[in-house]
Amino acid sequence: MTEIAGKKALTFQELLFTLQRFWADRGCVLQQPYDVEVGAGTMSPDTFLRVLGPKPVRIAYAQPSRRPADGRYGENPNRLFRHTQLQVILKPPPINIQEMYLESLKAIGIDLREHDIKFEEDNWEWPVGGAWGVGWQVMLDGLEITQFTYFQQCGGMDLDPISGEITYGMERIAAFLQDVDSIYDIVWAVEPDTGRKVTYGEMRLAEEEQFSAYSFDYADVPKLWEHLKLYEAECKALLEKAGGLEKMDALALKRFPVLGAYELALKCSHVFNLLDARGAISVTERVGVMARIRTLVVGVAKMYAEQGALLAAGKTEPVAV
Amino acid sequence: MAEFLFEIGLEEVPARMIVGAEAELCDRVVKMLGRERLVSDGVKSRSFATPRRLAVWVEGVAERQEDVAEELVGPSVKVAYKDGTPTPAAMAFAKKAGVEVGALKTVTTPKGEYLAATAVKTGRAAAEVIAAELPKELAGIYWAKNMRWIPGKPDKFVRPVRWMIALLGSAVVPVSFGGYEAGVVTYGHRVLFGEQEIPLKAAGEYEAALLKGFVVADVEVRRQKIRKALDAVTRTVPGARWREDEELVETVTQLTEWPSVLLGGFEKEYLALPEEVLVTVMRDHQKYFAVEDGSGKLAPHFLTVLNTEADAAGQDVIRHGNERVLRARFNDAQFFWEFDQRTPLKERVKLLEHVTFQKDLGSYAKKTERVRHLIHGWSGMMPPGTFDANAARDAASLAKTDLTTEMVKEFTELQGVVGGLYARAQGQSALVADAIYDQYKPVSMEDSVPWTVEGAVLSAADKADTIAGMFGLGLEPTGSKDPFALRRAANGIVKIMAESAVALPLTLREVAVTATNGDAKLAEKVREFLVERLEFYLREARGQAYDVVKAVLVAGSDDVRDAVARAEAVTAVRGSDDFAAVSAAFKRMKNILAQAKEKGIAPGAGVDAALLTEPTEKALAERSAELAVKVKALGVEKNYKAALEAIATLRPQVDAFFDAVMVMAPDAAVRANRLALLERVLGDFSGIADFSEIVPG
Repeated sequence: MTEIAGKKALTFQELLFTLQRFWADRGCVLQQPYDVEVGAGTMSPDTFLRVLGPKPVRIAYAQPSRRPADGRYGENPNRLFRHTQLQVILKPPPINIQEMYLESLKAIGIDLREHDIKFEEDNWEWPVGGAWGVGWQVMLDGLEITQFTYFQQCGGMDLDPISGEITYGMERIAAFLQDVDSIYDIVWAVEPDTGRKVTYGEMRLAEEEQFSAYSFDYADVPKLWEHLKLYEAECKALLEKAGGLEKMDALALKRFPVLGAYELALKCSHVFNLLDARGAISVTERVGVMARIRTLVVGVAKMYAEQGALLAAGKTEPVAV
Repeated sequence: MAEFLFEIGLEEVPARMIVGAEAELCDRVVKMLGRERLVSDGVKSRSFATPRRLAVWVEGVAERQEDVAEELVGPSVKVAYKDGTPTPAAMAFAKKAGVEVGALKTVTTPKGEYLAATAVKTGRAAAEVIAAELPKELAGIYWAKNMRWIPGKPDKFVRPVRWMIALLGSAVVPVSFGGYEAGVVTYGHRVLFGEQEIPLKAAGEYEAALLKGFVVADVEVRRQKIRKALDAVTRTVPGARWREDEELVETVTQLTEWPSVLLGGFEKEYLALPEEVLVTVMRDHQKYFAVEDGSGKLAPHFLTVLNTEADAAGQDVIRHGNERVLRARFNDAQFFWEFDQRTPLKERVKLLEHVTFQKDLGSYAKKTERVRHLIHGWSGMMPPGTFDANAARDAASLAKTDLTTEMVKEFTELQGVVGGLYARAQGQSALVADAIYDQYKPVSMEDSVPWTVEGAVLSAADKADTIAGMFGLGLEPTGSKDPFALRRAANGIVKIMAESAVALPLTLREVAVTATNGDAKLAEKVREFLVERLEFYLREARGQAYDVVKAVLVAGSDDVRDAVARAEAVTAVRGSDDFAAVSAAFKRMKNILAQAKEKGIAPGAGVDAALLTEPTEKALAERSAELAVKVKALGVEKNYKAALEAIATLRPQVDAFFDAVMVMAPDAAVRANRLALLERVLGDFSGIADFSEIVPG
């Protein structure tokens, strides 16, 4: 805890450490952020692909999430082009998953007896990924701090077992804990030798200013369309080749780049978001382009499930379930 | 006899689903117990519900089902005995009935002698029956959206089950569902009582035990607790009142187990933002109640319903948090307001070309053009001096431009309202701004119609265009499916026609014809759809009886206000004996004419006075002719009640006629003349309603 605005509160990075430590102690493997642009932690393959199939998973990672249309040139104290989600996936969800989550709030200094907490219905859906789940937005004193979802379908496939997903909005929680009105005033870290406070603004404001300008004013629309076409073509080509997964030998099968195909689909999604922020997609076109990307994402998910099943079936030792 | 209690503990159930599920569970359990002969009719039951539990309590449950004697008929005696010895058929029957072969009886039936037996069905223990039946009832509960959560199992429920209690008196009933076996333990409030167990010794302890665990399980008690707390907390602000909001009270009742109310405030400067925006942020986004001062104006306060009970220090923390969130939201709204003003609505008209209304109907720019055209056509029909055609057309031009604003993108529920507010702020006339503001009204049967005539015309034209366009694409509603809410749109048109401050001089036929642009077949479909909604309106909004609505619409379904007036008049007089008698007589006339037509007997071309032989038919012909003049005049004045009362005075002549005269006389000319008389009477008096449709009360 650090003294911030007259109160003891976690810095942004302490918040991150604490939550990661918390979930690591409960069996989560800590993964590093995924290095391709995503709009939400859910789109990282560590969630989107790992929730598929029967294999149990416990994983946590902080995912910078880019939403070009949400940029405000750094002028709005509550909105960001890129925010940080702490993503926790528990598959299958333990019976006391809600209690575990509430305990994590205690760990970051929230004494629930002093606050008002509610689980309000909020169902999640990513049509482009053929994915949906039911769950809640967790409201703390009127502030939505977490999205809590029981995944039901992904890539158009029913999940069994399902996964529990907990997504913490890190900036919001930090601003709440530190009681600051602007995200940019969040104390990110304190220099131990001088006691100087490094703010969120210091670390990220330039990025918000420049990427807002890029997304809204500079991004070259014809070139973006070209990018979209190229990424799509390459992803499609891989999907077509994956039609022969069954006939591949074990080595070719396990080396087949399903993960690469997924990255290409994610690229398409990000380029789409840029075009959208640029105002380059009419409402009519929108539906069509989304359908194109959906074909890719859902296709990859199916391919991933098939590859996993084929690899599992080919093993001599029993498959871990 | 014992009390039965069942509780299912769940992770937070969506607030909107709780009331329905609570009632359904109670109903299912009581019906199941009745079906299984464990309770008698009218048994006392109670139900409970919070976000984390549904429960039902039933009194007077039998410990066992009673044994039931059942008369069984078996094989015929011929088959059952061979040479006096029982055959396998007799033995099988005895086994099925659970008696010795020697105890079998014989009965005589029309088909001959048959074996019979009195079988006794032994009643099962209540616990056994409930354990077997209750899981099926639980699985049958309807949820608007449910989920799977148990690996390898297809079981679905609204949210994961976390515990169950099933107690008959003080004994556990082994109900198993959702991966759980029922026990005696329940849980209290998540935070205030934590994870401590609350063991119950008997079914009757439930409600009191939960209160100790900081859970108000009875929904009505919780609702009243919230209302009282809202009142009490509001009283701390002199002269203030909280804005009544039944729907919001319902929502927060279903979001809490141990509710309390907290007063918060916001900076007065935000009151410069339109009240509509502030209330939407508070109500729809934060579930806060708005507070108004003595004059009804919004005060810089809000009320939030907590699911906890905090001391003064805790309240300060929670208040501070809520105020912080609200301030951020108001800041956003203020930003949108200022940002949107940079591009006035007028400059946004061209942006509508890029906003799709429907893929085959084109953009909102196209829709705007069609609506403007429709209004232009209707303007000519409006009585002079009642309607500002230019204002209506200007409003139509700008009506949809708010769809391009940041404010509406953020608060979609404020479309129209935002347009109206912006129009006013940007110097449009009050007529234009109000019409834009009201363009979606009425959104329901309870909602009011647009305030101004221009608003009424804009709203009706917009809706008519949508209906005509969708029908043209074959996208009309079918059964329970109405994805484009066309019924609601048509209800809106009918309600506007019936209730607008100044009557719109448009018939439903004219609406249908003008909106469908010369496509006669489509116009007829739309007209029928509108008439169907008029029928709905008369029944649901005006409370008119089914037969009255039918009688009135047969006589005419084009003029909405006229149909309403006629229906009300019929309802006012239908109770009188004379009216009932005349109605019955009219029905008889109609039947006689129909039968004659079936036999190929046509009425005469007109009533020939010379052929009227009987005094009673002369009297009917003369009196009805006199009355017809009077009724017609009253009809022109739209004094339908007086007209109907006049028609009812025909009773003596009608009764005397039917007592003395045989319509189907042997003489062809007399017969045709009498039929012509009936036809004339019916024709003269069916302009208000077709009385033959009236069902005698």
